[in-house]
Amino acid sequence: MIEAELSRSVARWCPGATGVTGAAKLSGGASQETWRFDITHPDGPIGAILRRSPKGYGAAPTRAAGLAAEAQLMQLAYEAGVPSPRVLHVLTPEEDLGTGFIMQRVEGETIARKILRDDEFAAARPRLARQIGGVLAGLHRLPQDKLPELRKRGATQEISEFERDYRSLNWPKPVFELALRWLRDRDPGPSAETTLVHGDFRNGNLVIGADGIRAVLDWELAHLGDPMEDLGWVCVNSWRFGEIDKPVGGFGSREELFAGYEATGRNVDPERVNFWEVMGTLRWGIMCGGMMQRFREGPDHSMERAMIGRRVSETEIDLLRLLAPRGS
Amino acid sequence: MQDEPTPVELTKAVADFLRNDIAPLISGQQAFKLRVAVNILDLVTRQLAREEGSDAAEVERLRALLGMDGSVAELNRVLAERIAKGEMDLSTLGLAEHLWATTMDKLAVDQPNYASYKRELGRGG
Repeated sequence: MIEAELSRSVARWCPGATGVTGAAKLSGGASQETWRFDITHPDGPIGAILRRSPKGYGAAPTRAAGLAAEAQLMQLAYEAGVPSPRVLHVLTPEEDLGTGFIMQRVEGETIARKILRDDEFAAARPRLARQIGGVLAGLHRLPQDKLPELRKRGATQEISEFERDYRSLNWPKPVFELALRWLRDRDPGPSAETTLVHGDFRNGNLVIGADGIRAVLDWELAHLGDPMEDLGWVCVNSWRFGEIDKPVGGFGSREELFAGYEATGRNVDPERVNFWEVMGTLRWGIMCGGMMQRFREGPDHSMERAMIGRRVSETEIDLLRLLAPRGS
Repeated sequence: MQDEPTPVELTKAVADFLRNDIAPLISGQQAFKLRVAVNILDLVTRQLAREEGSDAAEVERLRALLGMDGSVAELNRVLAERIAKGEMDLSTLGLAEHLWATTMDKLAVDQPNYASYKRELGRGG
């Protein structure tokens, strides 16, 4: 039972803690798990989250930054005032919990459809696109000399990597081929400035409350690269959840996003943002194709994975809308 | 010739049973999975009803576009290769129209409620 190990762990690093309660697994594949639990403390319970690779799953997937880097980035972001959970503890081998870290639980909503529809967020919604711009600017400004070791990826490498992933699926898609050509023809090359890139900043990875953005989650795809990548990814239609006329996560306009970003003194290159939006749409399409492949070849023979495979056509229509729009 | 009822009718009967009789009885993770299962059966029903017609139309367009014959999978492979080699692109007469028609037919099966699809359907294309 994980609560016994967690109780031993918190007793080591959290003064006054007497144990933990309510441990429940929130999500997780074979290699990475997320748990919620409460630390029992004389001053009142402390809500916490564990992110870990269980024992025997030390190796991170090739694109992932790794849990240690993720913890370091979240802490850095927290200290810089970027909304991020506070990291409480990085696991050590003696704790017998695998590798990973424990962070403070930030209350709020992450389910995109609720954020886009529920009354509770009605006042926050009109502000979110601009707020996202400000948060991204803060994230891109994090001091590079304090960052953990991260892979560096620009547009040219990303196109090659996605093309390789796509070809490995052996699943010819004329629309994807068209998108790959479009991206190669318009490859903007290295960006003027290389910054930290979150890599998966979108509706679904943000904890949102009635007051707006409370935390940015899932830093596992963080890398060094073109800051415009994050601005393009947050605009991908797949994260608008039906609100297709509000490009920024279904919340608002690109103009609001750009204004929030530029209010901090940073610059936006709209053409690069558009390039990364096309790239992001293709990227999600190839990821859906990967889901279908894993469904077919196992070990995860789940219906959910199978159905995500069928979402490839969503990215095809979105790519056509971007690359070959029909006369309106 | 196989007997009736047809696969469409059978699949629809199972989906309706799960949706109307079983779904109200369960909750939580199992209810979520049941919803996914019903969605799958609905998708299969749509595909069984539409695939023959849409594949035939797709093959016809691909033959005209590529000037060759083959199965829908073979012809798609050739089209993908020609685009990859730069031999065909959006300036190729009929290519954009073909990709739009093919993609719309896919969405009609995969995700008829997808907002982009509904918007494009509204354009009457």
